[in-house]
Amino acid sequence: MQITSPEFKKNARSALSDTQLQKALGHVRTGFIDKRQASVDALPEFDELRDSARAIKDHTLAHLDLYLERYEEKVKSAGGYVHWAETAEDARSVILDICRAAGARTVTKGKSMITEEIGLNEFFEKEGVRPVETDLGEYIIQLRGEHPSHIIAPAVHLNKEQVEADFRRVHDHLRPNRDLSEPESLLAEARRVLRSEYFTADVGITGANFLVAETGSSVIVTNEGNGDLTQTLPRVHVVVASIEKVVPTLEDMSQILRVLARSATGQDMSVYTTVSTGPRRPGDPDGPDEYHVVLLDNGRSSMLGTEFQDMLRCIRCGACMNHCPIYHAVGGHAYGWVYPGPMGAVLTPSLAGIDKSGHLPNASTFCGRCEAVCPMKIPLPKMMRHWREREFARGLNPATQRYGLRAWALFASRPRLYHLAASFAIPALSFFTGRRPRFRYLPFAGGWTRHRDLPAPENRTFLQQWRSRQAAKQEAQA
Amino acid sequence: MKQEISKRPRVGLFVTCLVDLFRPSVGFASVKLLEKAGCDVEVPMAQTCCGQPAYNSGDRADTIAIAKNTIKAFEEYDYIVAPSGSCAGMLKKHYPLLFKESAWEERAEAFSARVHELMSFLVDVMGVERVEAAHEGNVTYHDSCSGLRELGIQEQPRRLLSSVSGLQLKEMRDPDVCCGFGGTFCVKYPDISNKIVAEKTDNIRASGADTLLAGDLGCLMNMAGKLQREGAEVNVRHVAEVLAGMDGPAIGKGES
Amino acid sequence: MSGREAILKKVRGALGAPLDDAARAKAVRQRLAKAPTGVVPARGRLPEEERIALFRQMAEKVSATVEHVKKTGDVPNAVAAYLRSKNLPASVRMGGDERLRAMPWGRVKALETKTGPADPDDEVGVSHALAGIAETGTVALYSGVENPTTVNFLPEHHIVVVDAKDIEGDLETTLSRLKKRFGKGKMPRTLNLITGPSRSGDIEQKLLLGAHGPRALHLIVVDDGRIGNKL
Repeated sequence: MQITSPEFKKNARSALSDTQLQKALGHVRTGFIDKRQASVDALPEFDELRDSARAIKDHTLAHLDLYLERYEEKVKSAGGYVHWAETAEDARSVILDICRAAGARTVTKGKSMITEEIGLNEFFEKEGVRPVETDLGEYIIQLRGEHPSHIIAPAVHLNKEQVEADFRRVHDHLRPNRDLSEPESLLAEARRVLRSEYFTADVGITGANFLVAETGSSVIVTNEGNGDLTQTLPRVHVVVASIEKVVPTLEDMSQILRVLARSATGQDMSVYTTVSTGPRRPGDPDGPDEYHVVLLDNGRSSMLGTEFQDMLRCIRCGACMNHCPIYHAVGGHAYGWVYPGPMGAVLTPSLAGIDKSGHLPNASTFCGRCEAVCPMKIPLPKMMRHWREREFARGLNPATQRYGLRAWALFASRPRLYHLAASFAIPALSFFTGRRPRFRYLPFAGGWTRHRDLPAPENRTFLQQWRSRQAAKQEAQA
Repeated sequence: MKQEISKRPRVGLFVTCLVDLFRPSVGFASVKLLEKAGCDVEVPMAQTCCGQPAYNSGDRADTIAIAKNTIKAFEEYDYIVAPSGSCAGMLKKHYPLLFKESAWEERAEAFSARVHELMSFLVDVMGVERVEAAHEGNVTYHDSCSGLRELGIQEQPRRLLSSVSGLQLKEMRDPDVCCGFGGTFCVKYPDISNKIVAEKTDNIRASGADTLLAGDLGCLMNMAGKLQREGAEVNVRHVAEVLAGMDGPAIGKGES
Repeated sequence: MSGREAILKKVRGALGAPLDDAARAKAVRQRLAKAPTGVVPARGRLPEEERIALFRQMAEKVSATVEHVKKTGDVPNAVAAYLRSKNLPASVRMGGDERLRAMPWGRVKALETKTGPADPDDEVGVSHALAGIAETGTVALYSGVENPTTVNFLPEHHIVVVDAKDIEGDLETTLSRLKKRFGKGKMPRTLNLITGPSRSGDIEQKLLLGAHGPRALHLIVVDDGRIGNKL
């Protein structure tokens, strides 16, 4: 997809003035957070499980090549195919080849962020293949020609009235005066419309939450059941997954499953956890005849062995964005690429380049709520700071900012100079306030005073006052 | 984690640059609380800023220079105490990371081990359980992010506030959610910061409290500035000022 | 160089790992041979009766409905009663599971039982679970001619029969049972872990049942009188 992260500030401004969006974001601020907390409180072992899950991923990443080889061997022995794709382009062309070989005109899709990352839908449309998103949220945004604004709740930026308008526009073969005023009727309509698509499709594409090396299985975790219909009914099932999704064993999957749904939606377990291994077996009455896995790198191997390796533990639960004040304020689209929120602020520079996404790791107050709720204990603020360090080292941030900072640092590391400057600064500031208790405007501080007052400093610094008091005390004692 | 204190500990007060410039009374309140708790307090003149503006802007070299200055100025004290969770967090949790595998590593770690935020120091180290102070009215308390999540400060200030006579604590909704200050964030992304602080001031006003307290001057100035721009009649003070019984003008309300 | 070689080379390079690193290979072999159990919540570690009660409680929490019958012979009547209570046609779809086939379906008048994978028109599917998992109220089913996967997803109502003796405390116990049945490192084509009926919260975060899969999940626990009258 077209990256708009360089225009983050502009995106954010229009998001802030979009009343529909602001209304929709209100649901994020309440729903996810309370539900997560309740399910975490009900499981005394939750934090221990986080440590266990983190250790599993750290071990796997340190042996990633070996687990990938083992995984491939097991997929093959179950009758499946493994395709390795270094780049998004490689992945797209492998998938298209599979579809062409299957004579596919319609392809159903389960919810998958990885196919967003490789821009599969746009590519399919250009190549004359019709992709049909089957997850309700994904279906809605596909009708609107949008991209997901949240990694587990793709249409969280919309209100039901907007969905109703889209359904009326697109489902124009249905009775115009039907009642679509409530989410129930919208869901029922989507269910009916999509049912026939599952049977029309020649290929079904899903992502994967895990790949299990021990058994060669791919695992999807969903609530709607669309992923299962997508992978069961068409003749060909294609799994698209990035290389860091592999875990050693089913027991390891089980550990991570316990933190995944709780962190994401506050469920103890998602409705459908489906472990798939190879195509239809002899005697099977249903299931796909072909089973393909496309293993995507697309920049992940270059994160290994760097300060960003921990990011590869991410299990895409969305807890970081659900708890992020920046995400709450501007929503997911403002971030301008596939992955929003704190995880996106770390991942986007890694996958799409820091030159294009420099705003993302900067647009954080470092409040630390994301790290506090991350089931995999990924130090997100620390990694955003690493990106800021790389930007600073490459001179990517604005010159005014750099010079201002360097000048300030020059004083801050030299106490005498610093106190001298402070003693000049305060009277200068008083000049602007004219002895009022606060500023409504101050030159060079427009970012602050545009929205709030600035308390005026008192006429002498604490250190000056302290020094005089100590001197007076000593004089009195002498 | 209460420790036996055999002699009066020597405490170096890291006053923080914002308190130094904008709100000296927080420094004096800190001195008063620390002395009352049985400490000898000194204020090294060689202190400046903890270095967060540079650190959070990715300028590691300058951060290291500033950190060295702070460590040199304070390492002789038994304890280093700051009336700010954010600056104390910088000194305690981040300084050691700056000097990993360098000649200063041990020195930085020895320094950081003795750093405490003021509320946590009073309650967790000095075992203070109550203060002698009075404040008539309803207050609400905002948990600043670094103090809360890096240093675990949540219960300590509330415990001390509960001993202030006449004071009623009225919790706001989401006291643990960021106020949108974020240091340089609030000037780099003013519109987003404004949206976040506006949510916060809504919650503050809805609490019905007449006074807002917190432990970090940056957050306090942000929330005070927004409340005043909105014309809200809420007084804003640093928690140390109320605990020390200092009742000068609230933030942004005094004579300059 | 193929994509495979290129990716593996990059991964090894980034990890600083030589191609023939015996120590790493050994660590992986050992881990795969014997996976550490990890953290298993105490919640499910209960005596049988309480475990079965927890299973019911957790399943009901996620909007499944649960009923107990004494004998497998009671299942057809329970199914018929469920159909009547929901005003559903007297027709169910099921696979060739011997435990299901052995039930006296003929005793229920006018109940049609269709065998094989599900059609789009089937309104009710009946499956037999491999196991119930008490910690989350989950049922485990696997694909095959006995219990076709489509029966789990296409009908609007999914009725799952669970033997009380197959209700286990936690997911790990069920996984090890599966390994015993299929052999270590081998899996059925599809393992479905199902926790409640299908749902979506995609419109304004309002939770709705019956998104694409079954709108209702009804669990029939055959308890052989194990539970007595305690439930």
